[in-house]
Amino acid sequence: MKDDETRGIPRTVPIQSATFSNPVNAEIRRAAATGIYDIRGGGAKRKLPHFDDLLFLGASISRYPLEGYREKCETAVTLGTRHATNPIELDIPITIAGMSFGALSGPAKEALGRGATLAGTSTTTGDGGMTDEERGHSDKLVYQYLPSRYGMNPDDLRRADAIEIVVGQGAKPGGGGMLLGQKISDRVAEMRNLPKGIDQRSACRHPDWTGPDDLEIKILELREITGWKVPIYIKVGGARPYFDTTLAVKAGADVVVLDGMQGGTAATQDVFIEHVGQPIIACIREAVRALQDLGMHREVQLVVSGGIRTGADVAKAMAMGADAVAIGTAALIALGDNDPKWEEDYQALGTTAGAYDDWHEGQDPAGITTQDPDLMARLDPVEGGRRLHNYLKVMTLEAQTIARACGKNHLHNLEPEDLCALTLEAAAMAKIPLAGTDWYPGKPGTSY
Amino acid sequence: MQTIDLQQTDLRTLNATLHAQAETTNQTTWTIENPRGAHALACGLDAPIEVTVNGHTGYYCAGMNKQATVNIKGSAGPGVAENMMSGTVVIDGDASQYAGATGHGGLLVIKGNASSRCGISMKGIDIVVHGNIGHMSAFMAQSGNLVVCGDAGEALGDSLYEARLFVRGSVKSLGADCIEKEMRPEHLEILADLLARGSSTAKPEEFRRYGSARKLYNFHIDNAY
Repeated sequence: MKDDETRGIPRTVPIQSATFSNPVNAEIRRAAATGIYDIRGGGAKRKLPHFDDLLFLGASISRYPLEGYREKCETAVTLGTRHATNPIELDIPITIAGMSFGALSGPAKEALGRGATLAGTSTTTGDGGMTDEERGHSDKLVYQYLPSRYGMNPDDLRRADAIEIVVGQGAKPGGGGMLLGQKISDRVAEMRNLPKGIDQRSACRHPDWTGPDDLEIKILELREITGWKVPIYIKVGGARPYFDTTLAVKAGADVVVLDGMQGGTAATQDVFIEHVGQPIIACIREAVRALQDLGMHREVQLVVSGGIRTGADVAKAMAMGADAVAIGTAALIALGDNDPKWEEDYQALGTTAGAYDDWHEGQDPAGITTQDPDLMARLDPVEGGRRLHNYLKVMTLEAQTIARACGKNHLHNLEPEDLCALTLEAAAMAKIPLAGTDWYPGKPGTSY
Repeated sequence: MQTIDLQQTDLRTLNATLHAQAETTNQTTWTIENPRGAHALACGLDAPIEVTVNGHTGYYCAGMNKQATVNIKGSAGPGVAENMMSGTVVIDGDASQYAGATGHGGLLVIKGNASSRCGISMKGIDIVVHGNIGHMSAFMAQSGNLVVCGDAGEALGDSLYEARLFVRGSVKSLGADCIEKEMRPEHLEILADLLARGSSTAKPEEFRRYGSARKLYNFHIDNAY
């Protein structure tokens, strides 16, 4: 080789394999050295067709826009109108997704409640029960009913504003959960009725019902216990949205919560997060189609989540037929998760701000996904709540800006016709015409 | 005594009436006639009342019970006394699957047999079964006591935590991490009390005790099949 170079003969340059890339090879070496798969928090990190692949068309001669700052553009949404005598009325269609006390610190849960309440929206418990701080600081609190039933009791059920039966989540449809022992403080252990310090598994299936027929009876029981007052949501991961939505409605849901694979988790296998489930834009129109086929669109509300970051994402989700969205990861970032101000600490953990995802290890420099008292103290729940409120306000203003530009006086009036897709993949998944055409792959009446 | 006939009264009225009973109610004795397998009967009770159901019940009878005593003069469908917090539920007949699932407290007595997944994910409830129990019972059981005067089906106590299991008859197989443990005097004492409260004439000495080997308590890759 050296001789060739000295003689001036061109040589083949080193080429990295796209298949066996450096990150892939590093993971193979890590697996070979440790014998254990990677567990992490968060949602899918791979690039996926997403809301960024959709654009709004805006008004023109054929559409009449609303004045950007002055004309009314409503944002309120009511969830749970089908059966509940006390549906949830929200000022904005952006809710806070379920995240457990245990996975998150007490102050983090309090901050979520404070921020949501200031913004006039709801927050949601998680796998671990309801804390007094969370209930006390959340004007509207959705109580999750999970397979583990950790902390489940009728008193908390009755002081909830809605009940969310969790069948699955976008990060791991078909999977349960694990809260590692280092996050099991005395309080977390007591709430979950397990010894301190052991790893707590959350089952992937509910213990006392199996299929949709059983689920219908389970919902009857929950309604009887709560006097038919509060809405009952059913949350599913983005697996088979048409059938899951159909069965959720059949089982009696007031609200369907649909979570795409970009949605986060406190902890699961990386292979699960990256390889199971569908991107949220592939799920929304299918869920809406199911509701429309049943004549239930808008009667059973649809809340979607999984990678919602901006008001544009909110507007796009609603244009595709969602009634509201939920945010989890974005809310944590608003509180301070992965903030570069903790870069030194992230480096000490072998990572960097923006990439930190070992939420299960309890060493979160931002003090959010931890039960360590010193780390927890880094998050001021009042300041955290203020930051979340600001962020929710900005998202709402952004969504309103887009809706007005499309001539809509309510975010709910956004419609698929307002959108176009930038890529064939997004067009096919979202059933939105490719930009510059009136066609998308699979459009009824067309061939492809 | 108050009587509610489900041929004349609907489920909502029944449960609302029972829920309306305050801690200090003097209407402490209730009878439900003609249940005919209805679901969610007498669920969510929270008063020191005694409810007798004259017949068979469907799913989730006495679900999330607190304080109340519920007597079922028949057999019970799936999920009887699920997530019970306190009080007592007594079934004269058999119980279907998930009996006492995730129960946090109280006493569940099944005078017949119980189907699969009896005591699944139990969190403090005491369950006494006079007959046999089906497969996967006490799966992921966290705490409390399960007493089986007959035989236990396959995979008893799979992924068990701290619940105690007492079986008088045979065990078809033990689930992952469930092992037989020494029956010490304190366990005989606990068992004698449970048998007495469960109206069983079985002798504590006739039972074997099973519990967790505690090898799955912390995640280890060799356990992740």
